[in-house]
Amino acid sequence: MSHALTDSVTLIGRSIRLSRRNVETLIMSILLPLLMMALFVFVFGGAINTGTAYVNYVVPGIILLCTGYGAASTAMSVTDDMSNGMVDRLRSMPVNSFALLTGHVVASVTRNALSTTIVVVAAVLMGFRPTAGLGGWLAAAGIVLLYVLALSWLAAGLGVVAKSVESASALSFFMLFLPYLSSAFVPPGTMPAVLRVISEHQPITPVIETVRGLLTGTPIGANAALALVWSGGLLVGSFVLATFLYRRRTAD
Amino acid sequence: MIVEAADLRKRYGPTVVLDGLDLRVAAGSVFALLGPNGAGKTTTIRILTTLSRPDGGLARVAGHDVLRDPARVRAAISLTGQYAAVDAEQTGRENLAMIGRLRHLGRAGARRRADELLERFDLVRAADRRVKTYSGGMRRRLDLAMSLVARPEVIFLDEPTTGLDPASRATMWDAIRDLVHTGTTIFLTTQYLEEADRLADRIVVLHRGKVAAEGTADALKAQVGGDRVDLAFDTVADLDAATALLDGFPDPARLLLSVPSDGSAAHLHRLLDDLRGSGVPVARVSSHRPTLDDVFLALTAPQGVRA
Repeated sequence: MSHALTDSVTLIGRSIRLSRRNVETLIMSILLPLLMMALFVFVFGGAINTGTAYVNYVVPGIILLCTGYGAASTAMSVTDDMSNGMVDRLRSMPVNSFALLTGHVVASVTRNALSTTIVVVAAVLMGFRPTAGLGGWLAAAGIVLLYVLALSWLAAGLGVVAKSVESASALSFFMLFLPYLSSAFVPPGTMPAVLRVISEHQPITPVIETVRGLLTGTPIGANAALALVWSGGLLVGSFVLATFLYRRRTAD
Repeated sequence: MIVEAADLRKRYGPTVVLDGLDLRVAAGSVFALLGPNGAGKTTTIRILTTLSRPDGGLARVAGHDVLRDPARVRAAISLTGQYAAVDAEQTGRENLAMIGRLRHLGRAGARRRADELLERFDLVRAADRRVKTYSGGMRRRLDLAMSLVARPEVIFLDEPTTGLDPASRATMWDAIRDLVHTGTTIFLTTQYLEEADRLADRIVVLHRGKVAAEGTADALKAQVGGDRVDLAFDTVADLDAATALLDGFPDPARLLLSVPSDGSAAHLHRLLDDLRGSGVPVARVSSHRPTLDDVFLALTAPQGVRA
């Protein structure tokens, strides 16, 4: 059974090395959220009334936007392995080949941790003034981490079902889109009724509200519990889904 | 027998891919499964390497049942698939070391084995370059090296030279032949008669999921017939005159006479001399070795049509 652990470690190392070498994707997944943040803070932000400096409002949203980009590239790497023979090579070896997905998920979380850190540092340079103490920071990091882990497993599952790298990218498109229909960039109260209902009842909003509250002291209310339930549920659901889809795809 | 299959059956939806396939491969030999696209070669390999479950029949590899004991089978084999499954963004050395660690050789053991294999497959100078800079032939060699990391008893090679240029193909053949000296059994699939001819001790021709013929390369070629010379004429009269003179098969639609040959220059000379002696002008001459197409035509044509 200790082989299962060393196999996972080997494949995690592989995925992290591959992400590090795939410089274009890595730079894009960091640069794009930075550009979006600059765009929202300096271009749109002045016109959006959130009752606080807009940079303080938007940072949690940008962090979650980042995770969407990261998820898309995770799905694409998984599809690549499923279709180019790597999964067959591993399955014909005495290796728990599911560890291939674990490798991609851990690399995805690592990439996200890096891009999130860069975004936060850049935000501070742009005037972000969080009021959180160490406990607040740790709690915020924890909740983001849980959400990223859940989204990474979902992306891995999508990567398993996608027939090509292009369709993996298309399947993960909604992950990029979801943050816009949340409280990430504008308060949902300003949206038309239908969108407001969507935005108030999707997983991203409570995660954002919780992170925002922890970092800048806005009211959190029931959002913390909601965020935990959503992220935890998504994590369990995505993991089960990825396992199921992997079994189905590799059984013939 | 290190690989044994009896009455293997597999269908995908309405398509029957394997229709009662029987195979026996002796330990230490090179075995070739020869067939065109869609004959069931890859499906056979997938079943024998535990990637796919047969709908019926039995298969044992290295003494273990592929369905009941897949883990033991996997420990005894290696698979080099049709697409070189190597990481383009890792170096050759990293790819090999990764497999070594997944084969549980330990960090140092994996590194040592990587060094040995780089040396053996002439990849030392490219060892620390990323695989995306490798040529097609280098990639296939690395792929083969990755299959040897654990010193398997049986190596499965699915179309090891498809898509390679002639020079890389020859290098790959040398590498495969070298494996035989280590006592490893090699099970390969190919579309090329020449490849089976060069490498295999024993060949099975697969047609529509069944064994169409088996034997050594020479035995199979004898079954199909040898070389032939095609003589092309400008007029039907010339073709008729030549047909009367020589022992061949006329094709009036194409003004062609096919004459069985031993492939020697002397025989060609004799043919042309005979025709000139009788004043029959020949427009063009071409000579043909038996091809895989001929093997299939000969093996699958209805009785009586066989030339």
